[in-house]
This record gives sequence, structure tokens and C-alpha cells, in this order.
Amino acid sequence: VTNDKRRHILKAGAVIAGSTALGYPAIVRSQSDRIKIGHLTPMTGFLGALGEYAVLGIKMAEEEINKSGGVMGRQIEVMSEDSVNPATAATKAQRMFERDGALVLMGEINSASALTIMQVAARNKRLFLQIGARSDALRSKNCNRFTFHVDIPVTVMVNAVGQSLVRENKVKDRTFYMLSADYLFGHDLLRAAKAFIAANGGKVIGDELVATDVTDFSGYMLKIRRAKPDVVCSNLAGNQVTNLVKQYAEFGLPFPMVGFNLNTADAWAAGEGNLSGTWPTVWMHDLDTPGSKAFTAAFTKKHGKPPENHAWIEYVSLKMMAQAMNETKSTDTERLIAYFEKQTEFEILKARKAYFRSWDHQLMQEAYPFTVKPKGKAKDKWDFVVLGAAVPAPNQPLELLAPTKAESACVF
Amino acid sequence: MELLFLFEQVVNGLVLGGYYLLIALGLSLIFSVGGVVNLAHGAFYALGAYASLEIAKQLGWGASVVLSPVAVALLGIAFERFLLRRFYAADPILSLLLTFGLAMVAEQAIRIVWGAAPLPASMPAAFKGQVMLGDFMFSRYRLLLLAVVAAVLAGLWLLLHRTSFGRVVRAGIQRPDMVAALGIRLQPYMAAIVMLGVGMAALGGALFAPITVVHPAMGAEIITVAFVVVVIGGLGSFWGVVLAALLVGVVRGVTIHFVPAAGEASMYVLMFLVLLFRPRGLLGERIEKFE
Repeated sequence: VTNDKRRHILKAGAVIAGSTALGYPAIVRSQSDRIKIGHLTPMTGFLGALGEYAVLGIKMAEEEINKSGGVMGRQIEVMSEDSVNPATAATKAQRMFERDGALVLMGEINSASALTIMQVAARNKRLFLQIGARSDALRSKNCNRFTFHVDIPVTVMVNAVGQSLVRENKVKDRTFYMLSADYLFGHDLLRAAKAFIAANGGKVIGDELVATDVTDFSGYMLKIRRAKPDVVCSNLAGNQVTNLVKQYAEFGLPFPMVGFNLNTADAWAAGEGNLSGTWPTVWMHDLDTPGSKAFTAAFTKKHGKPPENHAWIEYVSLKMMAQAMNETKSTDTERLIAYFEKQTEFEILKARKAYFRSWDHQLMQEAYPFTVKPKGKAKDKWDFVVLGAAVPAPNQPLELLAPTKAESACVF
Repeated sequence: MELLFLFEQVVNGLVLGGYYLLIALGLSLIFSVGGVVNLAHGAFYALGAYASLEIAKQLGWGASVVLSPVAVALLGIAFERFLLRRFYAADPILSLLLTFGLAMVAEQAIRIVWGAAPLPASMPAAFKGQVMLGDFMFSRYRLLLLAVVAAVLAGLWLLLHRTSFGRVVRAGIQRPDMVAALGIRLQPYMAAIVMLGVGMAALGGALFAPITVVHPAMGAEIITVAFVVVVIGGLGSFWGVVLAALLVGVVRGVTIHFVPAAGEASMYVLMFLVLLFRPRGLLGERIEKFE
């Protein structure tokens, strides 16, 4: 080593040493003080718009919880990152546990990414509150005891819309043409939709899988017109639904549309006069309960736009997690699992309280079918939906629409 | 009957090809003249869509389709003057990095200004609906779109082949050194070409906004297709790009007819086959500076 080089190395060493002297105490303090929660959600790609609302929702809950004294007297810190794709999601989940000091993981919207994070959680024997992915398989054959699921599974979405269709006598002896998203979630939705239609005397005459990056649906429009179905049925996801709805209106096809999956952000993006049909939702900003009204008002004031269903679900999810930690006075995985498995009831801003079913860790809660307001009836661009009555009805058990134990393949 | 279905998909594919053409032609022109693969081209397409929504709020849909490309074209001049110009003579990897980075900056900027959630966009109600020609169904809006693309194509061809401006540009593509020897500075021409290409991308954005999702990553979605079209068509060839755009549209349509799930993959298979047999693309010319 020459003198020159040595001087360089020394200089660099001094800089590093100096920076650790300054930076270290801060890191140590934050590790002992704060309760860290790893949060993964898609912020880019075809679900990115939903992920943006997810982050806004969980941040709002974080601020409220910290303002009111935190959890067990400690502040919480939600570390949000883009989960990108299933492989990256798993890598980031492992890193959050191992290096970032996350005590629990929360989040996700993409079913395929949720699946890989679930596996990481099980391997590390740590808790994962899976918030927004809806594939049935996650809570059935892929279930594990370290994961709890908040959003409604596809079977509930199909049943929520299906019940209102059956009531209006729109299934029996009708023909259906289906477009489904070509990944885990879409396949699951397709399976549930087909089972429902077959069980209620309808017939599927067309069934196409659509890649998630498809933006042009004109080829499918031609096929639908030739098939002449009674009903066109969307099992698509994210941007796909918006593209389909816009181009369906563009081509002006006469067949009524229903869909088994639509998030509010994708509906807002469809533009005036394009959306039609009956769709399911887990929550909507104009839900008429005192809790939802207060949440919607606070969110709208803060962000200048109403909350989307993913903002709501992340908000109540962090509140549930904080409640569990406060009540058990612990961040220990086993004690938190036991608390949720007791079927503790949670306030989720709906008419009825919700609870996690002990044998598949699925949150039991109300869902809603919705239809679209007639043209010219909307007050503003956010207001175009007529929310149906909650399902199950107030006098029915909450588990009515969910897969039964016999239908589920879940064993812990 | 089955054959008729297929033929309908082929015709629809041609319409779809026209839709890709607006983006691909500008990309090809900028590459041919400046030797720069403009990976930020999709960003201008996205900006065109977002600008059209803002303009439509104030002045209506018609004005938005005209003014948004003009606004973005002006931005294109700044892009050429302050960034691109420094990279014509440099190692291509540098301009690739520059435009790739710019595309990411633009996408994030859109996210900051307009949010990640897709924005609603509608066309005038009069354009909605279908037109039946015999037993073939077309969307009225897409026929209008096709007419605009045809007009742009004709205008561009006339500009390149029937004006002195076009003569210099074409000479500049083949023999920039000769053009320089004749005492003609290519730089103003390059600025005009970038302005034109970027404006066409923005026109595409404004026209497609009502029929696709307006979201920050829409530029990244279209740039891949446009790039594939340019590669298949062959660099520097006007008609090559036109042919490739139509071919990609048709191949995609036919694939959707038979194997819907492979619809998106089909154009990459097509590119693979074309490059296997014609590495310069279908009608690609031998351009000395790129060999």
C-alpha cells in the first residue's frame, strides 16, 4: 500500500467512524422505543393506484394511534414499501424481519405476492396481517396459522353480487360470458363465479383469461358480440376493469354487465357514463354509519379526496393490530395469535362488529352489492354509486356468505 | 362463419396497429436522425394524456386534442435543446441512461402532481357506440382515430418526401457528414424532428385517454409496444414502421381469437422471428452510422 492510498483509506475510515458516532445512538434509540411494523403493498403496476390509498389509510391510523399515546406507551412506526412482485415481496418481507426490526408484517393487495409473504411469515414464525388480497386459496389450501386475512375472499364477493342477481331472477337459464384476470386471484374468482352460476341454473358460454398487462380489449369485444350472451361478467382486477368498462362503453355493446370485483379507485377512473351493472364491495365512502362518516370526513379533509376502500381497510387493520397489542400488552406472536383466535370483536366502522374466524383466520364482516346511479344523478365525480343493503342481513349470521369448513381445505 | 370471425379480428388488428403507429413513428424518426433511442417517448405520451384532461376541463374535448400535443411539443423543444442535444455524438449507452432516467422522473412527477390513482377520461357522447359495416363491428371512436392517424401519416410522408425540409432530414439520416460538408446545420432540423415526434406521442395520449386507463405508468406500457414495432419495422424506414404496426396489430388480434391468454406475448414472438431472419427489421435500410 502506497502512502497515497493509505491516506485515502484513513480518510474514508475517519468519515465512516464519524458518521457512526453521530448516527448510531439515534438508531439504537429508535429500536428500543418504537414498535416497528413492516408494511408491503403494490405501489406500482396494475394495482399501484390501490396501494397509494392503502399507504394513506395506514399512515392516518398510525398518526392517530401515536397522537393518542401509541401502543403500550410506545410510538409505532409503519415502514411502507412497494412490494413490486411476488419474488420481491418475499425478499423484502424477509429483510424487514431480519434487518429492519419489524415485529409484525401487514399489507398486500396482490394475491400472488400475499402468498409469498405468508410463506416468509410462517418460516420466521411471525405474524402477518394480510389486508387486501382476496384469493380464496390464501385462506384455504395455502392457509397458515401465522397469517390473518382482513379483506373479503372471492367467494364472498361472488355471493354478495350473486344474491342480488338471484333475487332479481337474473341467473337462472341465462347465459354468461366471462373475462378473468390471468393470475392467482382471477383464476380463483373464475372458479367461484362458475360454481355460483352453475348452482343457480345459469350457463357459462364463454370464458377467457386476460393477461394483467392487457390494455386493449377490442378483440374481446368482437368475440362477445359474436357469442351473444345474456350477461357479460368481469372477473378482472385493477386497471383491467377500468379498461374493460371504458372500452365496453366505447363499443356500446347491448348486453348487461356484472362483475365480481371492482375497487372504488378503478370505478372512479372509468369516467362518467361508462360504468354500469352490479358489483360487490367491502366498503364504500358513503356507507351510512357514524364511524364511516367520521373517517370519510377526516380523510377527505386531509387529502382533498374521499377514501377508497383500501384506505379504509388499512386504517381499520392497523387499529385492530394496535388494539391486540394493547390488550395483550405484548408484541409476542403467539399471544397476538391467541388474541385474534379468541374471535375478539373489532369495531370496523360498519353497522356490525367483525371478528377473525378461529379455524381459517378470515375476518367475518359485512359486504355490500352496489349499482350505478343513472346519468346526471351524481352530485360530483366521487358520487355515482348506489350502495345496496349490507349482506348478510342484520338477522343472519356473518358467516353466511363465506366458504364453510367443509368447502375449505385449511388446516393449521 | 368461423373464417368471418377471424377476418373481423384481422381488420380490428389493423385498426389497433394504427393506434400503435402514432407512438412508434416518432420513436423511429428520433432514432433515425439523432441516433438516440428515446426511452422517454412514453412519458410524453402520458403527459399528452394528462395535459388533455386538464385542457378538456377548461376548453372541452375538441380543444384538448389539439392543444395538448402543441403544449407537449413545446416541452419537446426544451427536451432537445437542453438534454438530448448533448448526447448525439456520445456513446449510445449514455443517451439510453438519460432517457430511461427521464422516463422514471416523468412518471414520478406525474404521480406527485396528479396522484397514483387513475384519472377518469371520457369522450363526447356522440363518438360512443358501434358502427356496423356489413357483418363487421367497429367502434365509432376508433374509426375517427384511424382517420386522424391516416391524416398524420399522410402529412408526415409529404413533409419528408415533398419538401426541402424532408430532403435535408432524409439526407441527414443517411449521410450526416455529407450534409455538414454542404454547409447545412442539422441541429435545427433535429429540434424540429423531436418536436414532431414528441407531439405525435402526445396526440396519441390525448386520443387514447378516453379508451384506456390514464395513470402514471401508462407511458411505460406503451413504450414497449412502440419499441417492438420499431424494431420489427426496421430502423430508418418510414413504411417499415407502418407495416410493422399493422402486422403487430393483426398478429395480436388473430392470437386473441385462437389463444386469448397469449395475446400480449404474440408480438414478442413475432419480433423474435423477424430478427432471426432479418436482423435489420422488415424494411430496415443499411445505415452506415449505425453499422
